[in-house]
Amino acid sequence: MPINYYIFLSVALFCIGVAGVLTRRNAIIIFMCIELMLNAVNLLLVAFSKMHHAALAASNASAGINGQIFVFFIMVVAAAEVSVGLAIIVMMYRNTHSVDVNFLNRLKH
Amino acid sequence: MSKLVYLVPLSPFIGFLLNGLLRKNLSKSLTGIIACGTVLVSFIVSLLIFFDVRKDGFETEIVSLFNFIHIGALKISFAFQVDQLSVLFLLIITGVGFLIHVYSTAYMHDEENDHFARYFAYLNLFVFSMLILVLGANYVIMFIGWEGVGLCSYLLIGYWFKNVEYGNAAKKAFIMNRIGDLGFLIAVFWMISKFGAVTFSEVFSKAPTAPVAVLTGITLLLFIGATGKSAQIPLYTWLPDAMAGPTPVSALIHAATMVTAGIYMIARSNIMYTLAPTTQTVIAIVGTATALLAASIAVKQNDIKKVLAYSTVSQLGYMFLALGVGAYTGAVFHVMTHAFFKALLFLGAGSVIHAAHEQDIRKMGGLKKFMPVTHITFLLACLAIAGIPPFSGFFSKDEILSAAYEKNKIYYLVGAFTALLTAFYMFRLYATTFLGKFRGTSEQEHHLHESPSAITIPLIILAILAVIGGFAGIPEVFAKGSHWLHQFLSPVFAGSEKIKEVHVVAANQELMLMAVSVGVAIVGVVYAWSKFSKNPELEDAKGFGKLLADRWYVDELYNAIIVKPLNAFGKFLNEVVEKSIIDWMVNGVGKAVQYGSRQIRLLQSGQVGGYVLLMVIGMVILFIVEIFIKK
Repeated sequence: MPINYYIFLSVALFCIGVAGVLTRRNAIIIFMCIELMLNAVNLLLVAFSKMHHAALAASNASAGINGQIFVFFIMVVAAAEVSVGLAIIVMMYRNTHSVDVNFLNRLKH
Repeated sequence: MSKLVYLVPLSPFIGFLLNGLLRKNLSKSLTGIIACGTVLVSFIVSLLIFFDVRKDGFETEIVSLFNFIHIGALKISFAFQVDQLSVLFLLIITGVGFLIHVYSTAYMHDEENDHFARYFAYLNLFVFSMLILVLGANYVIMFIGWEGVGLCSYLLIGYWFKNVEYGNAAKKAFIMNRIGDLGFLIAVFWMISKFGAVTFSEVFSKAPTAPVAVLTGITLLLFIGATGKSAQIPLYTWLPDAMAGPTPVSALIHAATMVTAGIYMIARSNIMYTLAPTTQTVIAIVGTATALLAASIAVKQNDIKKVLAYSTVSQLGYMFLALGVGAYTGAVFHVMTHAFFKALLFLGAGSVIHAAHEQDIRKMGGLKKFMPVTHITFLLACLAIAGIPPFSGFFSKDEILSAAYEKNKIYYLVGAFTALLTAFYMFRLYATTFLGKFRGTSEQEHHLHESPSAITIPLIILAILAVIGGFAGIPEVFAKGSHWLHQFLSPVFAGSEKIKEVHVVAANQELMLMAVSVGVAIVGVVYAWSKFSKNPELEDAKGFGKLLADRWYVDELYNAIIVKPLNAFGKFLNEVVEKSIIDWMVNGVGKAVQYGSRQIRLLQSGQVGGYVLLMVIGMVILFIVEIFIKK
């Protein structure tokens, strides 16, 4: 498959994620959208790394492998982030009885 | 001995430091001893140097202390020059200075302790600066002294600084001096660029090769400096105002020493002036005009010190006339005799003021019987300044007048007329002050007394000098080789003597000139004596006399054309430019920043969504720039 397809798919996913973060007020959905953006990036990384591997495999058996390794790191970081983020959301719900991020506008003061 | 010349200025400087720093702790007598003692040391050293210089085969000696400025090829060392001219000035400054210091210990005795010490500290600093001025071996060192004496003059005129008018007089003196100093400074720069040197010997040896226009420029600029320091037209008006200072200060600074700095400077640079005849003409005209103008004003002044001040301006005019006609010896001779008799006049006036607590001569009179010593010495000084032989003023004035006669008869006529005025106003002053009946209050009369010996002894010494001082320069016409001063100074003026064409006035003509000036002086003396001894003029002057009494309205003229426009300009800058342009800009910057921040603050809404939106917009813009615009 041409690389363009992967690029368009991940751009689409990323834009959906951005739109979700911008428009939604529910913290959990915002969270999901962030995950979506991360995964869009992951997809792109994997696609490009495969492309490189295909092009350079003859000279270098491990060409493009670091892109795939990177994806694992991102997944790990994302998982860690989710655990922290969900904990924050739980605390937030306990304090405000809501998961609406617009309640959290005290930064202003 | 000349190697020790640095002791001469050093000693008063130590006195200045001691009196200035310890002014709160020293007793008055100790202060007086330090101040007088340090100047006495200078005088003794100067005297020893003088005997050295008088010896046959003496060569001008340069005592270089250290390297002062060294830039590229220009080397200016802190050096003193010992020769006939500087040693003569050393003697005048330290000798008269010492007498005036002694006099001051009595005159200033009513001041508080620390102000008393402040006075002597300034006075010592003045002597130090003046010595630097005359000792400097180049124009830069001379300029240091030149500025130093200007500063001390300012400090001493404004000694009683609580009086606003005195403060203003001090400022006036300082500012007018600054105008002249600027001319001096530019001349020095010009010399550096033209000759690459400021040392006297180098400049004078290179001067004959320079174009006349350059020399004329330099000498004119130096002369502007001299008009400021030596109170000549157009910068003379500060000197009468400078009488605000204590009287001994007027005697030392504004009669005997500082105001002669300009004459010293021109006499020192005589070769350059001889090579620039245009400048000489300017100097002669300015000197003559100043002599006449100031003498005419002095005729109608009623303040004892103002008369003397205008008389000083007038006598300085004579000296410049002498310089202008190339009679450098005559000018220096008159500086010397003038230092004696004018210091004596001022000190006598100070003695009178000390006794009568009054400066207006209309309220004096008859002081003869109360103050015999002051009276006699004052009379001798008046005779000397009037030019009655054989008192000192006669010889020096006669020399100047005969030199003027050789050059141009008009100078001579004006000079002789000024001599008449001089004799007249001096004896008007003398007669009104000392003769007749006392016209002050009876309480004042009760307090009249002869001054203490610290005042009278300097008066007596100066009176002796004023009487015999002239014998240093007996005209050649009486006896060949009798003009001691001329021979003494001849090495200094040798260069000029070679260049200038010599007219020798015939002996009988010179005797006739002498007879004329003596006759004129006697007429002035007798007329004033007979007119004012019985019925002094007590009313305010009218008509032409009022014009003279109001000093030709020169001060008013300066006020109208310089001071007021400048003040108005300053006010304009303060009220218009400052308020509506500079303040507006500064405040505008502040306001713009405040307004901008208030607007930008609204972006900080606290809504996380808003921030993210901005971030995304930023990213999109970056993408657009990257993709569409950059290529």
